Amino acid sequence: MSSALLAVVLLTAAIALIAFYVPTDADQGLSQKIFYFHVPIALTAYACFGWGAWKALRVLWKRDERADLESYVAIHLGVIFGALTLVTGSIWARASWGVWWAWQSRQLVLFLVLFLFYCAYFMLRYSVEPGPRRANLSAVYAIFGVVLIPISFLAIRLAEDFIHPTVFTDHGPQMAGSMFFTFCVSWAAMLATAHALYRIELAGKRIDARLRELRELLT
Amino acid sequence: MSAAEKYVAAAYLVVFVALLAYVVIIASKLQRLDAALAELAQRVRARG
Repeated sequence: MSSALLAVVLLTAAIALIAFYVPTDADQGLSQKIFYFHVPIALTAYACFGWGAWKALRVLWKRDERADLESYVAIHLGVIFGALTLVTGSIWARASWGVWWAWQSRQLVLFLVLFLFYCAYFMLRYSVEPGPRRANLSAVYAIFGVVLIPISFLAIRLAEDFIHPTVFTDHGPQMAGSMFFTFCVSWAAMLATAHALYRIELAGKRIDARLRELRELLT
Repeated sequence: MSAAEKYVAAAYLVVFVALLAYVVIIASKLQRLDAALAELAQRVRARG
């Protein structure tokens, strides 16, 4: 409950900062304000996939049965945040570049590949009967997927991509202090939201599993 | 409302609608779990 409250407070603060505090970008104008939600959502999706892979590693390494469900919930949230990244990014692309999608941008295409890869995780998971085999297969798949994250993140830095902007370079964030502060608050808000949703969904799934167990015991 | 304002509003609206939908789905699931729990409690009571 405290994480949900923190998420609400941080989201309110982020919206207030975006609406009333942060200056309008001189180059892109008002549409640049999408950046304060789009990038934190993308980074949160990466964090969810990373957390899912860490839990998957625990399934294989420590034989931690609880970690299988935790990995699944983290990846589920990662896919939701990934879908939001694609939608908000597409709207921003339309506002800034005049197109909904640019296939020539390696970062966009790699993010789409990452997103589709994790969408296929659910197909794999639900095609196998529940049990250790499903947990192991899902864990291996989740760990493979996490390899795509640094590739997706570094793609724009390794390749000369002139379409998608690079704000965070080797010389630090290329923006004013007020913009960076707003970005940090938005990112904290997204992470807190993901954490709250993770805990709620996990609790729901655990109660569901226990109820099923109890029902079987009673029949 | 300018075109840029419409795009910014649309982007933020999409995020909030998605979060709202997620909360509604979770809330309905909790209701279902509550009903299942009540049914199990009833069964235990019936067993004596």
